Amino acid sequence: MKPSSLKYWALLIVLILTSSAFAQDTDDPLTIYSARREELVAPIIAQFTEDTGIEVEVRYGNLAEMVVMVLEEGGSSPADIFFAQDASALGALEKENRLIELSEDILELVSEKFRSHQDMWVGTSGRARVAIYNPTMIDEDNLPTSLMDLTDEAWRGLIGWAPTNGPFQGQITAIRVLLGEDAAKEWLEGMLANDVVEYGGNTSVVQAVIDGEVAMGLVNHYYLLQFLDEDPDIVAANHFFEAEDVGALVNVAAVGILDSSDQPELAEEFIRYLLSETGQTYFATETYEYPLIEDVDPIEGLTPLDELEPPDLDLSELEDLEGTLRLMSEVGVLP
Amino acid sequence: MSDLLTAQHYRQQSRIVEHGTTVISYIFRLLSRSLVVGVALLALLPIAYLIIRAVDADDMMLKYLLSTQGLTVIANSLLLMVTVMIGTLIIGIPFAWLTSRTDLPFRRMWLILGLLPMVTPTYLIAVSHIFAFGPKGVLQQALEPLLGIERLPSIYGFAGTWLVLTLCTFPYVVLPLSYAFTRVTPALEEAASDLGANRWQVLRHMILPMCRPALISGMMLAGLYSLGDFGAPAIMRYENFIRVIYLQYTSSFDRHRGALLALVLVIITLVLLALARRADKQIEHISTGTPAHRTTNTIKLKYWKLPAIGFCSLIIGLGVITPLSTIVHWLINKTAVRNVEYDIAELTFNTLQVSVLTAIVAGFIGILLAILMRSSSSHLLQWVGKLPFVGYVLPGIVVGLAMVFFTSRYLSAFYQTLPILIVAYVIRFLPISLSATQNALAQINPRLEESAESLGAVRLRVTRYITLPLARSGVLGGMVLVFLAVMKELPIALMLAPTGFHTLSYRIWSAYQEAFFSQIGLPGLVLMLTSFVSLWFILRGIENQPLPS
Repeated sequence: MKPSSLKYWALLIVLILTSSAFAQDTDDPLTIYSARREELVAPIIAQFTEDTGIEVEVRYGNLAEMVVMVLEEGGSSPADIFFAQDASALGALEKENRLIELSEDILELVSEKFRSHQDMWVGTSGRARVAIYNPTMIDEDNLPTSLMDLTDEAWRGLIGWAPTNGPFQGQITAIRVLLGEDAAKEWLEGMLANDVVEYGGNTSVVQAVIDGEVAMGLVNHYYLLQFLDEDPDIVAANHFFEAEDVGALVNVAAVGILDSSDQPELAEEFIRYLLSETGQTYFATETYEYPLIEDVDPIEGLTPLDELEPPDLDLSELEDLEGTLRLMSEVGVLP
Repeated sequence: MSDLLTAQHYRQQSRIVEHGTTVISYIFRLLSRSLVVGVALLALLPIAYLIIRAVDADDMMLKYLLSTQGLTVIANSLLLMVTVMIGTLIIGIPFAWLTSRTDLPFRRMWLILGLLPMVTPTYLIAVSHIFAFGPKGVLQQALEPLLGIERLPSIYGFAGTWLVLTLCTFPYVVLPLSYAFTRVTPALEEAASDLGANRWQVLRHMILPMCRPALISGMMLAGLYSLGDFGAPAIMRYENFIRVIYLQYTSSFDRHRGALLALVLVIITLVLLALARRADKQIEHISTGTPAHRTTNTIKLKYWKLPAIGFCSLIIGLGVITPLSTIVHWLINKTAVRNVEYDIAELTFNTLQVSVLTAIVAGFIGILLAILMRSSSSHLLQWVGKLPFVGYVLPGIVVGLAMVFFTSRYLSAFYQTLPILIVAYVIRFLPISLSATQNALAQINPRLEESAESLGAVRLRVTRYITLPLARSGVLGGMVLVFLAVMKELPIALMLAPTGFHTLSYRIWSAYQEAFFSQIGLPGLVLMLTSFVSLWFILRGIENQPLPS
């Protein structure tokens, strides 16, 4: 190519790029801000559109970025629905009065444990806290019964955690609520003194357990099932702490309707769909989470939710994230 | 000789100068003033947003910053910045030299491969290094049967973060430097060696000082990048300031404390820039002389050829091959589950679209601003030229939120459209094209322009016919760096791209976040391949441009 013809090609390419940059669509479909990844929720959202004919647009993003973004957008937010993998995000929006009340028939579907006390958000699927472990490094008989036991000398240098992770921080809040501030502090300090290994996220923790960098990691229950899907040969197993132990906490992914929504009826339609048998079966069989309505069972191999016996605690009691972060920072787990 | 030629060329040109030039230069002045005001306003947007939010912050964070812990994380950030700058210097100079001035085989290929770490998300490079060189990584597994090593020394912490960030940022040094190297007048080099200087002395005492502006600004870009990067320290577990800022947003959804901390980062950046400016002033700027009509001579490596290839292979091996083979490993060894339906061609088009358009806009503004700054000694203008660095060093989440704040309120018709996304990118990446242009201009002998002016030429025409053609490859080099930086950008796109407008880096991030490793493969490979092919054409285009006479 001669330099001059290269120039014209370049010009043409730039023209094409520019012209399509200014193209805009103007219709107003139902808009979802989803902090849950496309891989996990896109199929059920597509199914919703197919079944109901309601057009949906989804913006995917990081949990924190999305919450703060919605707060900054204020009343001019284009979003109707906020869908998150962590109830604390919905709690934050509720606190800033950015959510509207949900209809009674939606709330009734889910146990009080797994929804907002102000009726502003509702859980869509459950996520149990577990200890994932490497069976080549730990004997099944020696598994700890309580989360609180991990400060024992026997576990020195063997545990991995991800303290910047939201569900993990929820776990610490649960310890504070159930066992008291001092117990939480003592446990965190004990873990640090026991050479707990810190990772940047759940995925890194799980990978480290599989690789044998650490013997056990504190994560949510479904990571193992996902990893097994990709590679059935990995050696790792989930360990549920004993009934009513603070470590047997169950958190939820949750959804709420934003006050800026101009089509709250359609938005409720969407939430009803997530809590329908179709929706719940999807979460049970595809993302390996716990369904939250009565008629749908979790995937085979998972201890059913009612047998899991999580500690006696409402998720809305976990709202004092602030205090947890202060504690974690005081102890030196977080900066 | 060529001074004379250019002057002659100019005299021919000035004969056809029309008398309307005064009007044009008046309009030009008006435009340039509004440009300066515009750039200043855009650069101030993130700062304004931060101030609005920081006002409501409590004093918890200030107390924290003054505690030992707070001072330690700031010190850690500065340590990382300084060591990354040194790292880019140590790798950058020989790499740029080998790929621009010697008879190293496949020079252009090495150069392009050297630029690729820029388009790879830093968290991905970090993850691949843990995969390969972690305590229980591939290397350990290979060594265990041979040497019985059960655990490698930890890569986590400072060492790993430094390595990853040095690899990701050394292109900022290489590209401007390799341009500067080829611009050194061969006559000067020949004169030096005639006087008995050996090749090393020529490089050390003549060429490097001449290329110093390019080197310093490249290192500055690399250093500030490492100050603001979140991906590498998060994966490598290095406690630095940026992690503290992120934590405020991610853990407590707190916009106020995060903003206060980010403002501290802004202040640190401005202090660093002021220091750099003082250092910069102390250097006597030596221009590289008149551009040659012939290209610089190629140095024969002879028996140094093998070590040179070894050096380049090591850098490429760590920066490109390691992440690439990790991706391929995932692609082969992991079963694909829950595939998202997407159109790879559309993702590629979208990625190229924002990257190319941003590069053009940032390049254009960079040229105008750099020319204005060069011809004026106004302190105010010099600071306007420094302000965009604030958007460059701030975490993407902050720049994104600032744009969300202003556009959703005051420009809601354009909220989450491509033009606004590109404006946000320009706010973030303008310093790259600006400093590249400034370097290119600094290498032009001012006597050339002076002689044209003494022959009666108007400033504007001097710029058009002398300055710009001489600076062209440098400017294009800056645009290439912007292009690469946008290719991998994510946090701003997540907030400001039109809903449903996805890029390759979005797909990689989305799959990685939920540990669907096999799905990183295709978009990851396409991202690298697209970058490679684009760079091939762009760099060939730049090299083939005839030098102006």
